[in-house]
Amino acid sequence: METERTFFAYLRHISETTSPLDFVLIYDNLDRFVGGALMTLQLTFLALFLGGLLAVPMAIARAYGRPGWSQAIWCYTYAFRGTPLLVQTYLFYFGLGQFEAVRNSFLWGPVLSDPWWCVLIAFTLNTAAYTTEFLKGAIETTPAGEIEASKACGMSPFTRMRLVVLPSAFRRALPAYSNEVIFTLHGSVIASTVTLQDLLGVGRWLNGRYYLAYEGFITAMVFYMGIVLLISLLFRMAEKRYLRHLRPRGADSATPAQATA
Amino acid sequence: MQLIFEYRQILLEGMLVTVSLAVLSLILSVICGLTGAFAKLSSRRGIRRAGNSYTTFVRSVPDLVLMMLIFYGGQVMLNDIGRLTGLWGYIDVNQFLAGVLTLGFIFGAYMAETFRGAILAIPRGQIEAAMAAGMSPRQIFVLITWPQMVRYALPSFTNNWLVLIKSTALVSVIGLHDLVWNAFAAGRTTHKLFTFMIAVLFIYLVITGISDLILRWVDRRYSAGVKRA
Repeated sequence: METERTFFAYLRHISETTSPLDFVLIYDNLDRFVGGALMTLQLTFLALFLGGLLAVPMAIARAYGRPGWSQAIWCYTYAFRGTPLLVQTYLFYFGLGQFEAVRNSFLWGPVLSDPWWCVLIAFTLNTAAYTTEFLKGAIETTPAGEIEASKACGMSPFTRMRLVVLPSAFRRALPAYSNEVIFTLHGSVIASTVTLQDLLGVGRWLNGRYYLAYEGFITAMVFYMGIVLLISLLFRMAEKRYLRHLRPRGADSATPAQATA
Repeated sequence: MQLIFEYRQILLEGMLVTVSLAVLSLILSVICGLTGAFAKLSSRRGIRRAGNSYTTFVRSVPDLVLMMLIFYGGQVMLNDIGRLTGLWGYIDVNQFLAGVLTLGFIFGAYMAETFRGAILAIPRGQIEAAMAAGMSPRQIFVLITWPQMVRYALPSFTNNWLVLIKSTALVSVIGLHDLVWNAFAAGRTTHKLFTFMIAVLFIYLVITGISDLILRWVDRRYSAGVKRA
């Protein structure tokens, strides 16, 4: 309690004298920013999870499916990769209400008139399109020898996919996926344009309410930087674990030797 | 379809704003990117660190946050500086300028990574040979580094450009009357937002399709000396 008061007094002192930023105001609204961060993380990771579930079968169909399937999925991914996420979100949130049938359907009340659901649908379809394409690339670069060997062992196509192709494809796609996670997080700011209170939404609210120019945006920015830092650390750890066999020789074994030397 | 045709004037105007915003930001981003790439490759540690922190910073902050900070915060800061120093009066940062500055700054960081990789891909011996032949640093850049850098950087450059075009849509959020803003206004007055948003998606696909064709032509030109497998 004592330390908190002195810290608070220090904040107030700095805000009133030297700093152009009002730290007291930021401190007072920190719980709102944490709420905004939770909203951002929730949207990002739900979209990534659902998008990933959609992307795996689509990537397999793109790589091995019958000719027609691959083209149809390509049309979907091309359309979603070639257009801005903002417009896709507007299309779902503002656009769908244009149709009488949609407004009268049972989905309208609970789902399609709610910005949270519209944003989630748009984000999911968007990230699924990108994930499908690089996963397809990873699946196609499976060494031919591995597939031949698994056929020679008598594996069925399903077992082959489950035990041979997908595990190594996921590994190869890991660096590209870390970019996709960060881009999805960056894209999630679009939620604030359809009235959702994500991190940027809270920042805009704070600036609008107290007529400020920096505080809300800078606080949101610091939060985003922290989240990105955390995500890249997690991916670095994952790459260390799952891509261990791809690292140059000696990089791993050299450490204990150096420690003794 | 009839409806879109009626509003073609406003859509075309918006498209013009979008394309000019994208092209100007691209030019700024190439300048930022070249500076960043050479900073990251510099032999001086301080400059190298500055270049690295530029690219790390940009990659960790969402573009819209930076854009709003520059548009709202930059305006206040400029006017505060003007008031304190008495050098200039009230300045209005318009949305177009804020958009160009932000997008140029952001994509400069991605371009820096692209150019850095491309410069590193040029065999070191060629630069050494050019130095041994007595070329000046400017000559080395114009005759040796640049033509090959373009070739190596082009695939990633194309990708950056396509992402940049899509990012211009965000400028409508701070109120620039670009393609998205105009279509949104038209859609709201006619209560046909779905139709207009589909039209916008289609226009973006056309723009990206055309730039794909142009960049493929540039690629053919710059890799004229490369044997294709």
